[in-house]
Amino acid sequence: MAAESGKIDPMHQFEVTPLGGGFNLGGQDILFTNSALWMVVAAITLGLFMWGGMRRQLVPGRWQAAVEGFTGFISSMMMANIGTEGRKYTPYVFSLFMFILFCNLLGMLPLGVLGLHPFTVTSHLAITGVLALISFAIVLVVGFWRHGLHFFSLFVPHGTPLPMIPIIAPIEFVSFMVRPFSLGLRLFVAMTAGHVLLKVLSGFVINGFNAETLWLGSIVSVLSFTLMIGISALELLVAGIQAYVFALLTSLYINDAVNLH
Amino acid sequence: MPQIAQLTADNWYLASQLFWLLVVFAGIYVVIGRGMLPKIEATVDARDRKVADDLAAAKAAHAAADTLEDSYRQQGEASRAAAQKAVAEAKDKAAKDAEKRLAKVDAELAGKLSAAEADIAAARSSAMAEIESVAAEAAGELVAKLSGVKVAAADAKAAVKAVLHG
Repeated sequence: MAAESGKIDPMHQFEVTPLGGGFNLGGQDILFTNSALWMVVAAITLGLFMWGGMRRQLVPGRWQAAVEGFTGFISSMMMANIGTEGRKYTPYVFSLFMFILFCNLLGMLPLGVLGLHPFTVTSHLAITGVLALISFAIVLVVGFWRHGLHFFSLFVPHGTPLPMIPIIAPIEFVSFMVRPFSLGLRLFVAMTAGHVLLKVLSGFVINGFNAETLWLGSIVSVLSFTLMIGISALELLVAGIQAYVFALLTSLYINDAVNLH
Repeated sequence: MPQIAQLTADNWYLASQLFWLLVVFAGIYVVIGRGMLPKIEATVDARDRKVADDLAAAKAAHAAADTLEDSYRQQGEASRAAAQKAVAEAKDKAAKDAEKRLAKVDAELAGKLSAAEADIAAARSSAMAEIESVAAEAAGELVAKLSGVKVAAADAKAAVKAVLHG
């Protein structure tokens, strides 16, 4: 935070800073950044979490039950949306869901208290966009692989009257092509907005206590802080919901590719 | 806004972001999605199967117990019916036996009675004959004492007979 001017820049938290370890890949410098660090932290945390659920006991302990709750959640979602063929795509959707969820939650951790700068990986459009593009690419590959050119019948919903097809098909095509953008943007916007809001409110708290009329500033600070508590809870909810929405929409899109309509 | 700024092509960290995202996500997909998830799902499936099997076994045991109880009840009913039949038969047989024995005893008694009656009749007739002879003797002696006339035994007998039999 640019504290020297007394102003708090809510966008500073999204800045990517190099941490070293660069090498050259095809003319591009690849650096290990704070973004990469938090991805790795998310991956390691996720790995530890999953490892705790690998005891494979018949009667699960708490940890194993928690891990099995997550796996069961995703596999039942895949089963409900796609059917038995959905099991094939469960590893991808599960990885996606857990990666997004852990990135969202790790970005919410109050590590600033310890002097660290938490970084929310999923608040970057490049990240969410690539994840959305991967999902979209899977849909395209699976769709054309399974149905060939018949996959284009996706753009003609079942039971469309013949004269309506020239109108419906372009609309369906556009809505299909918009999917990766809406998928990536939704997560990026939700994360960015939440973190900006929290940072702005925390700026209010700090500036309120630094105000010249302290009593008025204190009221602002206390109210803002109360609001922050509520919004932090809301953001935790949003972190889960956005990961769920991403996974759910991915599973629905894969369902389109697997079963057409 | 760094998120939008990085989408311009000359941004230095776009490539790093994408590189590390692909590395980390591929790692998660391979290690966790492909490695750990199937094992956890297999555990869950095994547990579900075990629960289903146990439930099926319990159901089968329940059904077996039901049929066992049913057959037990049927057996009980059958044996009770058999016992009742046997009791009825025994009663019947006993009644018939008793009747037969009674008839036999009746016949025996009747035989004895008639034999006794015949004995009595014989005894009576012999007693009568004795009385006749005794009376004839007594009459002879009385006549001899009173009148001194000797009466022939045969006359006395005839006279007594006439008196006795009127």
